[in-house]
Amino acid sequence: MISFVAQRVVKGAIVLLAIVVLNFFLIRLAPGDPAVVMAGEAGASDQIFVQQLREKFGLDKPLPEQLFVYVKGVVTLDLGFSFRQQAPVSKLILERLPATLLLTLTAFAISLMLGILFGTFAARFAGTWLDTAITIFALIFYAMPIFWVALMGILLFSVTVDWLPSFGYETVGANLTGLAHVADVARHLIMPAMTLGLFFMATYTRMTRASMLEVKRLDFVKTARAKGLSDAVIQRRHVLRNALLPVVTLAGVHSGTLIGGAVITETVFAWPGIGRLMYDALLQRDYNLLLGVFVICSAMVLTFNLITDLVYRLVDPRIEFTT
Amino acid sequence: MPKRVLLGLLLACGLTAPALAQEPKTGGAINAVIQPEPPGLMLAMVQNGPVQMVSGNIFEGLLRYSPKLEPQPELAESWSVSEDAKTYTFKLRKGVTWHDGKPFTAADVLFSLEMLKQTHARARNNLAQVDKVEAPDDYTVVFTLKQPFGPFLGIFEVGSMPMVPKHLYEGTDWKTNPYNNAPVGTGPFMFKEWQKGSFIRLVKNPNYYEKGKPYLDEIYWQIIPDAAARSVAYETGKVDVLPGGSVENFDVPRLSKLKDTCVTGAGWEFFSPLAWLWLNNRQGPLADKRVRQAVMYAIDRDFAKDVIWNGLGKVATGPSASTIKYYTDDVPKYPYDPAKAKALLKEAGYKGEKIRLLPLAYGETWQRWGEAVKQNLQDVGMNIETIATDVAGGNQKIGDWDYDIAFTYLYQYGDPALGVGRNYVSSAIAKGQVFNNVEGYSNPEIDKLFADGAVATPDSKRKEIYEKAQKILVEDVPVAWMLELQFPTIMRCKVKNLITTGIGVNDGFKDAWLDK
Repeated sequence: MISFVAQRVVKGAIVLLAIVVLNFFLIRLAPGDPAVVMAGEAGASDQIFVQQLREKFGLDKPLPEQLFVYVKGVVTLDLGFSFRQQAPVSKLILERLPATLLLTLTAFAISLMLGILFGTFAARFAGTWLDTAITIFALIFYAMPIFWVALMGILLFSVTVDWLPSFGYETVGANLTGLAHVADVARHLIMPAMTLGLFFMATYTRMTRASMLEVKRLDFVKTARAKGLSDAVIQRRHVLRNALLPVVTLAGVHSGTLIGGAVITETVFAWPGIGRLMYDALLQRDYNLLLGVFVICSAMVLTFNLITDLVYRLVDPRIEFTT
Repeated sequence: MPKRVLLGLLLACGLTAPALAQEPKTGGAINAVIQPEPPGLMLAMVQNGPVQMVSGNIFEGLLRYSPKLEPQPELAESWSVSEDAKTYTFKLRKGVTWHDGKPFTAADVLFSLEMLKQTHARARNNLAQVDKVEAPDDYTVVFTLKQPFGPFLGIFEVGSMPMVPKHLYEGTDWKTNPYNNAPVGTGPFMFKEWQKGSFIRLVKNPNYYEKGKPYLDEIYWQIIPDAAARSVAYETGKVDVLPGGSVENFDVPRLSKLKDTCVTGAGWEFFSPLAWLWLNNRQGPLADKRVRQAVMYAIDRDFAKDVIWNGLGKVATGPSASTIKYYTDDVPKYPYDPAKAKALLKEAGYKGEKIRLLPLAYGETWQRWGEAVKQNLQDVGMNIETIATDVAGGNQKIGDWDYDIAFTYLYQYGDPALGVGRNYVSSAIAKGQVFNNVEGYSNPEIDKLFADGAVATPDSKRKEIYEKAQKILVEDVPVAWMLELQFPTIMRCKVKNLITTGIGVNDGFKDAWLDK
């Protein structure tokens, strides 16, 4: 298993490097000069000012040299300096990463738990009104854009009934500590995490339901039943466990999409994570910061995928650690 | 009368709240919205709108300006001008200290000027006429100009010329100086905390030189990126102040009607944001003056004001906003007249060539305005194609002169020599930049008028020159002037004296107090 993980890490590093190089060029293909954006924000610009900014960004150097400097930095874990924010990129990302991890992991947990739970119920009671209700419920959240669900959530839970805060990570100015602070953050987390989680929950519900119905028809389930096992044991130990494989695959794939969804969720709910950092960096053509966020997101996706492969093994011992 | 028009009228008259004289109360915190999140807080290094809105509390300039743009003391307590209008002597306030306790002196002023010349494009241009600056003693600064410069007393506001602590910046690498992220100024509020992506917290400067001020204990600047979420934050009572431009215009009437809410359009006199359409004078149909005039006649600017901007603002008459010096409305007029526009297009021989329109990617209001203008121009037979971009992409196209018509709005900084000439004189034609003479208009007479106007004395002479320039420009239509924009500030009525100068919310909250 150790050699499996080691090999995957090496492969992951190569993939990451390829992503860095590809993104480096893709970003520069987009129209819009960072120096002009910054000069524009200053409300004035002249030739000297724009030239100064280009020198500061290192944009006056030839492209291959810029790439070399950047890749060299990434290899030595230096993600560069954001001149727009006047701070090292790694510092900016590290400040925001905990909020994003809290949001995405909570959303991920909500979506998986509720998705599998609802999917199991729908399969268990396939063809009944409960199955129909769950399927419709799941479809609604799958069909509605995240930003819409977010705005409707704010309208209902913040404006109308005033149960939950509409924005932010904590109550600003309250200076809470200890458990009170945890509870405050949790209150702020509910809406963004549910918004993001419900979208993904829908796919897991559908996938679990379909997969369970398929597994239920297989011979070994009949054998289990013939052995005289109870229905609950069959469902939990035999059907669900086998049906989970495609769900785990999907969850691994979703790790990247989840971060994409976080960009929207974080923007609507003013959640101070890296999704918003990425969005701002993109609009401002803050190349170093944008690339830095891409590197971290790519690393996260690769890590999630590695974890998925490990979880595979736990769910299904028949799968070998081969590379 | 539609409600939005009524709202506009009320705003035009100033405050909708009763401006009763009350004794200020001390204490309390204000929660205000800041959007977008400032990239830094060191005003000498970055000068975009949000930076000044927050840092205008931390830093100060030598002067501030009344709503009528008359200079008022700030770090300079008095000033005098020599008879030949070439020597300006500023007496600095005594007993002013930086937030770290060190005294503020003339040496800081000299250092700030040197630094700003390298880091602040607008300050560099403003100071171009300065021959030398001297400090005969710790509390006197003398500027000697190469020649008289009419708008000179108008360049000392905090955003145009913030004072920087010499003892913290001299001999350091300015762009990586740690104080950029924890700024030290002389202002009424001190930097305390910045949770990136969440909020910026400023606290009262207990040693502020104006005794008793500031009245507030704290200011929280809340960072909320989504416009709808900012409106909700106000509705649900989480923020008390929405500075001008924080919410979409269509939300303004709804929010204004909320309980205990006051609205003011004041505080933008110094900036006087003026919106216009860049018309590419170099190529295509718009190179013909008659086609440009047709654009002016074709666009229903009252509709844009009343419907898209909810009655806020004023239809522009020409290159100067009515709030800045030497404005005149004695210029050719372009009322909404589609028939005249069609006739002019016919006369110019326009045959339906494609014209690319670049809206401004500043949110929903601007998108809608783009659609309205497109429809107006199509109605008179122009073949308009809208090009969708984000801000950076749009700026690149405009800077590369790769457009036919493009939306913009720019600040005027109180004087035509500071904020108007740059868009029309031929020396300001330079590719790759977006706030100069982007349209490519070139007229030796205009060049001479703006050159003369900046250095002419006395004031009556300047007035004469700029009035003439306005007439010529409006006749030539180098760009199509749309509206003098108004960005209403929405706040709880308990917030008093928030806006006391022509720089408004960008000038710090030192006079503001809470009627608890």
